[in-house]
Amino acid sequence: MNRRSFHDTHRVKSGIYQGIAAAWPVCLGYVPIGLAFGVIAQKAGLQPYQIGLMSLVVFAGSAQFIAVSMLAGGAGAVSIILTTFAVNLRHFLMSSSLAIYMGGTRRWLLSLFAYGITDESFAINFSRFRQGGWGLVQALTVNHVSNFFWIAGTVAGGFAGEFIPEGAFGIDYALPAMFIGLLVMQLRGRRYTVTAILAGVLAVLFAMILPGNFYIIAASMLAAFGGVLINRRLKPEHGGD
Amino acid sequence: MIEVDYIWLILGMGLVTYLPRWLPLAVLAGRRLPGWLVEWLDLIPVAILAALLLPLMVIPGDAVHDSPLTPELFAGIITLVFALKVKSLSGTVIVGMLVYWLISSLM
Repeated sequence: MNRRSFHDTHRVKSGIYQGIAAAWPVCLGYVPIGLAFGVIAQKAGLQPYQIGLMSLVVFAGSAQFIAVSMLAGGAGAVSIILTTFAVNLRHFLMSSSLAIYMGGTRRWLLSLFAYGITDESFAINFSRFRQGGWGLVQALTVNHVSNFFWIAGTVAGGFAGEFIPEGAFGIDYALPAMFIGLLVMQLRGRRYTVTAILAGVLAVLFAMILPGNFYIIAASMLAAFGGVLINRRLKPEHGGD
Repeated sequence: MIEVDYIWLILGMGLVTYLPRWLPLAVLAGRRLPGWLVEWLDLIPVAILAALLLPLMVIPGDAVHDSPLTPELFAGIITLVFALKVKSLSGTVIVGMLVYWLISSLM
């Protein structure tokens, strides 16, 4: 009995260390992005505690940037929430892919794990699960260590915002730059590149004819559909990619 | 913004963010989706990122720059080249910010 619990504690401990080791590159990325978000949110009129609360409750970088820029532009809560939904719907796929490795896990642990699924934590956890030797303790550690750095970075940015002049250090460009970095990480083959170009062009066209922010979800759903069709059509000749 | 409104806003944002993260884990644990849906969902992240990015780059946000050749676009091209060469998220963010800072102060 004692021996058993000693081994369990030991296993959990080494799982946490493995998780921290895997999470640090993500944390390194979250600090500048979080600082930039905090500064922009402070400029939009949010207090550091409000910034921290948003990072804790929502925990989704790009959606938070978009929400704050919409807030600053005077958008209503409903359109901000709908845009957040559209932007974060992508986590559905990540969660579906991770579900394969979550057989037999207790419901409340699954629910806790779901909270921490981001583009970055997914990239780490999914590749580790595929390699094997990765478990829930490691995955939860990755999620929550990066969550901690995200909250701390954004709150620190909220305090620093007062002392940083408008537009300094190109801070308004943190979000587009992060999108570029995330986009490049997604370009794993020709069909991803084709879909990205299609989505970009459609988004520009739709942005000029559709009201509000509908162009984002309309263009991306249509472009992904186009990507599937193009891929299926090319498969017989090229064997896919 | 009034305090109560802000709390409702972030609770709403939190809920619509949490549901797509939670639902597949809760419902699908182990099961498989149809092939075309997996392919479509697989292309969604790249499509959303591109749909967010290109309008930011080429549709000018102010009246000063009324052509699609915005500082955002020039900075975007340089940042993209950097990101393709050096696959580092934090590096891309820092380089993008500095390049944009430089270009927008010149244009």
